[in-house]
Formats: sequence, C-alpha cells, structure tokens
Amino acid sequence: MTLLETQRVVVPASRTDAGPRRRSGGRAGYLFVAGYTLFLLAFGVFPTCYAFYLAFTNSMGQFTGLNQFVKVAKDYRFLPAFEHILIYLVLWLVVLVVLTVLSAVLLRSRVGPRTSAVLRFLYYIPGALAGVASVLVWLFMLDPDVSPVSWLLSALGMNSFAAVLSPGNLPVIFLLIAFWTGAGGWIVVMYGALNNIPDEVIEAARVDGAGPWRIAWSVQIPMVRQWIVYMTILAFASGTQLFVEPQLLQTASLGRVSPTWSPNQLAYVFAFQQGDFNGAAAISVFLLAVGLIAAGLLVSRSSMFRLDEK
Amino acid sequence: MRSSGSPTERHRGRRTTKLGALALCAVTVVLAGCASADPTPGASSHASTAQASTFKAPPQKAGSEITVWTDSTRLPSVQKYEKAHPDVKMNVVTYDGGADGSTYLQTKVQLFDRVGKGWPDVVFGTPNDTTWASQPTKPGATAFAAPVDENGLVPQATLDGFAKGSLTPCQYDGHTYCLRNDIAQVVLWYNKSLMDKWGYSVPTTWPQYEALGKKVAKEHPGYLVGSVGDTNSQESYFWSSQCPAFDQTKPGTLRVDLGDSHCTRMSSLLDGLISAKAVSKQGFFSQGFAKNSGSKVLMAVGPSWYGQYLFKTAFKTPAKQVAAAPPLTWPGDTAPATGNVGGGVWMVSSHSANLKASAALATWLTTSNDNQATAPTYPAYTPAAKAWLANPANSDYFADDVSTPFEQAAQSVWTGWATTKFSDATAWSSIVLPALTAGHSLTSTLPAWQKAISDEARANGYQVAGK
Repeated sequence: MTLLETQRVVVPASRTDAGPRRRSGGRAGYLFVAGYTLFLLAFGVFPTCYAFYLAFTNSMGQFTGLNQFVKVAKDYRFLPAFEHILIYLVLWLVVLVVLTVLSAVLLRSRVGPRTSAVLRFLYYIPGALAGVASVLVWLFMLDPDVSPVSWLLSALGMNSFAAVLSPGNLPVIFLLIAFWTGAGGWIVVMYGALNNIPDEVIEAARVDGAGPWRIAWSVQIPMVRQWIVYMTILAFASGTQLFVEPQLLQTASLGRVSPTWSPNQLAYVFAFQQGDFNGAAAISVFLLAVGLIAAGLLVSRSSMFRLDEK
Repeated sequence: MRSSGSPTERHRGRRTTKLGALALCAVTVVLAGCASADPTPGASSHASTAQASTFKAPPQKAGSEITVWTDSTRLPSVQKYEKAHPDVKMNVVTYDGGADGSTYLQTKVQLFDRVGKGWPDVVFGTPNDTTWASQPTKPGATAFAAPVDENGLVPQATLDGFAKGSLTPCQYDGHTYCLRNDIAQVVLWYNKSLMDKWGYSVPTTWPQYEALGKKVAKEHPGYLVGSVGDTNSQESYFWSSQCPAFDQTKPGTLRVDLGDSHCTRMSSLLDGLISAKAVSKQGFFSQGFAKNSGSKVLMAVGPSWYGQYLFKTAFKTPAKQVAAAPPLTWPGDTAPATGNVGGGVWMVSSHSANLKASAALATWLTTSNDNQATAPTYPAYTPAAKAWLANPANSDYFADDVSTPFEQAAQSVWTGWATTKFSDATAWSSIVLPALTAGHSLTSTLPAWQKAISDEARANGYQVAGK
C-alpha cells in the first residue's frame, strides 16, 4: 500500500512526456472503477444519505433536528445494546489482533513452507462459508445434546443449551463465531504482509543478535503495523454491525437471547416491529458515527497513511 | 502591557465570539424549531382512534387473482379450497406466520405500505398481528386488515357463532378485523395409564396439583408434572392464574402488576415444584427434551394442541394413554379461568382488489365443517368445533373423550390477559427463563419480569399502570 501511494505522488512530475497513452489508460481505468462506483453509489452512498434524511426527520417528513437521536438514546434498550457491543468489541479486537499476528508470525518463521501453505488454506475455509451457515455450525457445537464437544461444555458446568446461552456467555459465544469465520482470512493477509518484509532486514536483525521473538516484536510487527490498523478498523466496523449471530441465536434458543441484544437488532426492531424507520435510521447513524470516530482515531494515532516510510 | 493587544488577534477573537454566537443561535433554532420525533404519539397505540367506519374499499376487480399467505400447517386447508373452487384464481404462498414471535408479516406490510403495493389478499397470522394490522403503519396509510364486519364481507350471524371471547383479539374500535381460526385453551393433560398404575387421582384444583407434584417427586423421581421452560409457559400458568401481567384496562393502557396475589400464588406454587424437580426448567419444545424426558411427563398444564403435537408427535407416547382434564381451579374462585396458548387468525387485506373472494376464503377456512372437522387444531367457530370433536381422527388417540374438558376450557379463557402490540413471550423468554436457568426463583424474578413488560409496553406506545 505504501509503495502504491508513493508512486502516485511521483506521477505528476513525469506527466508531460507520455500524455496520450496515459489518457487512454485513464479511460480504461474509469471503466474498471465504474461498476464498483455505481454499486457504491446505489447501495452505499444513497442509503447512507437516505438514513441521514430519515434520522433528522419524523414520519411526517418534518425536520426534527436531533430529536430522533435523543429519543432513541433514551430508549431503555439503547444503553444495554451498546454496552453488549462494547464488551464484545473489546474482546473481539484484542483476541483478533493478538492471535492473527501471532499465528502469522509463527507461520512465517517457525513452520515449514509446505505445512504453512496447508495451514493457511485450512484457516481460510471457515471464512468461505456463508455467515448464516457458520452460525448454524456453532448452534450444533454449543448444544450439549448434539455437540461433539459436549464433554467440554459439561466440564465447564453447562449441561443444557439454555445454560450455554446465559447472558454472560453471549459476548464470548459471538467472539468464538466471529473469530472462527473471520480470523483465518486475516491470518492469510498478515502472512502476505510479513512476506513483503525484505529478507535482508530480517537478516540484518539476526546479525545484530536478535532472536525470533526480538525480530517479531521489534522488526516484523512494526513493519506490518499499518496492516494491523487496517484490520482493526475493518473488524471494528463489522463488529459494530453484529446482527446475524444474535438474531439466529435468538430464534434457535426460542427467545432466550434478547431480540435487541445488539444495536443493529435494536434498529431492526425499531423499523419493523414498531414501524419507526426514523428511529431506526438514527441508531444506524449513531453506529456510523462511532465507527468513523474509531477509525479516525486509529488512523491518526497510528499514522497509517504516512507516505514517507520507505 | 496587555498580552493580546495586536489588532489582528483582537479581530480574530471578536470573529470567534461572533461565530460561536451564530452557531449557538443555529443550534437553539434547530432544537427549538424542530418538530417532535414522534408526531402522533397516539397513532402508535389503539388509544386514540375510536372512529366509526372509515374503511373505503379500493376499486374492485371481480374474478381477479387473490394472493394467500399461510403457514405450512394451514396449507392443506387452503389447497383444499383451491381444489373445490377452481373458478377462484389463487396464488398461495407459504411463510412462517404461525411461529412464535415471527415478525415477517409485519415487516413486509411496513415495506408494502412504503412502496404502495405488494400486499397479500388473505393471510394467516397470530392474534398479535391484528393489533398492528388494525392500525395504519404510518400516517396516511390504510390499516392492513379490512374490518370484516363492514361492507357485508362477513355477516354478523357468522361472527356470532365464534366461541365466547375468541374474537376479542380481533376487535378494535368496535370493528372486527380478523376471523379466529383456532383457539388453544389450556387444559390439564395427564398420562392416564401411569396415574391409574400408581393409584393417583386427577387433580381438579391447583393445590391438589401442587400436592400431587410433590408426591410424584418423592415416589417417582424423574417424572414431571409440567414445564416452565417454553416461550409460552407463562400463558399456561400465569394466564390460568388470572395474573394481571397484560391487563388492558382501557384501550392503550396496560396494567402490569406482577406483585398481585394472583401472580405470586402461581409463582410460589411453581417454585416449590421446580425445587422438588417435578416441574422442569427445560422447555417441552427445547432440543433433546423429547428424547431425554418425553416418556417421563406424567402431567402437563397446556393448550388443547398438546395432545396431538406434544404427546403424539414429539414424545411419541403410545395411543390410549394420554387424557385431558378440565382447567384447574383456585379455592375461592367462583368461575373457572384458564389461559390460551396461541390460536391463529385469518385477515383480509384492506388493499385487496377482490374483497369478496378474499372474505369468502377466510370465512370458509374458519367456519366450514368441510375444512375445520379435519383441521389440526381446535376450531374457534363453535359449530365447527362440534364437527371437529365428532371426527374420530381428533379423539382416537386419547384414553378418554376430550370433548368435555375442551369445550369447558374453550368457554373459560380469562379475558384479562390482553393481546398486545408486542408478544407476551419476549420478556418471559429473554428475562425470566435465563434467570431460572441461573438458579433464581420465579418469585424473585417477578420484579425484573414486570419491568421488562412495562418497558416494552411503553416502547410500543402503551400507558402503563402499576397497581
């Protein structure tokens, strides 16, 4: 990523000599990005604008200022939902960052190339399953009546599906599902990022007397820092969107999980059970704001887009 | 010497103050001049609207196709009608409209209302669906359900034939918005073979039930007299105890008082039986129950459909073992009262271009002996219920004749437990059941349950009264 950005900065200087070719390349480029841009506008930008419109108006279309936000924030389910998602996010991000980076470093330096390739393939498989299917797999894993690891569940004192689904366990359950489906892909990405570190750098560190841990901590991890930040931002954004997992668990457990466990579920209830699309939009805008603020903080604190790295 | 004396700085300072004042003004104007977030608070409850007939039928197209949404249980009935009436063009769609807490229909109707098309003509739903379907989903929209008592859609004589109180969940503002398909009156189910073998007599009152439960726990450990772990257990027990958990005192006002003795008498009875392990905290319908404990159910307080769906289908109890007894009573109560666990309704869409055919279908489905005598559950239409009971297929399986307990219970459903805009199952299953699983007593969970119901009621536009 750094490399690409650097090239783009260099381009204007040499622009004059290869005018026509560059322009035709530009046209092809536009063509290539057109499809994505169209979909982005239709299914990303337009719905976001519509959500903003809804969040600042009421069902009669009158402008309401911040009243919708005040209304949903006062709702008795709002704080618990955000509290649930916060606990889940903290667990999920810490576990994701620590374990994916650790696995990638181990795969890169401590495991033979062939084994490493097989393992990376295996890690990637769960992510290829559709989200709903992954949750269904976990429904079996978590039900002591049918689970292949029921011995483990009973060892932890959980002898029924109901006991497994006690409110305190839910963040951990969602963490397990999310890690299982999402982390494999990130391990592969981290591995790719580690591969980009020139061998000479590692070699130099080794010559300076650094052991594997020292190399990982002082050389490899700092050099893939931007990828870690990138992963954290995306994982944070997808984490705040948690919906399918609690929703399916709610149905499968015959209602033992609250239908408004996560903010997205709360928005869903607002829209489709209370018929309050404006309130639902306000919750979505809240989530968007939280995601943007977190991403902004991460980007500015980690100087992710700094160009002068190399 | 003043430190901030330079003209530019002073100028900048003044500009900042000006900008700040402007921003403050803007915010004040925005906040003060804004419309309310909820412009018509009354519209979300049934409180405000006591209008007379407002329903204007859309332009009708005789003979046009009608779209029918049904749950899979009721699908054969609709197909039967389709076969018998080849002249009626029908598009039949199966959806999960019978499931507990399904909001699919509501979700879809909200969206149809926004785009102005797509509504099905006839739908099967839960009584809860009528609470929102009888009201416009947004200002300017037409309520989804058509008042079937208007425009000659369903004659009054037909409406009068439904069991006492069974149409109450269909009625708002003096109009009837649905036809009740079936009722799920709560009776006492028991395994007659085991009771006879062990020399137990069938209880008729709650204290007798409690005493027998404790006796069973001692003499035949592992055997159960009930369960509180299902999404509908509260309807079997607390509704039967006339607990004012969902007591609609007037339209739009709900009295939620779980501290009432009608509630606590039931919670302490159940607590005693739960700690004796005679009442299961696991639901009858939860994973693995049928396999692990299905054959150990001696008694079950539950709806009329438990016989076929729980004992026969899920537990696979052999025929001629299970029998039903009339609802249990409390000492001092003058009339028996019981609960109601489900029971579906048929609604006709107010947007239908063929109201005549739609209403005819809904009427046939609910009242015709041709359909109801072989229906899977107990019909709400009294003459059809008689035909249903006379059908050997509905009674052969049982050890005794179920007619008397069923008919008695059908007339005894307590009307103090209202059908609300929100499901009465949510708070029970997401607050009370996890607390029970964690080892708390039912009685100690009543305040949390009360709070959950009250919060949910307020969020759905109800005024909540305590005592």
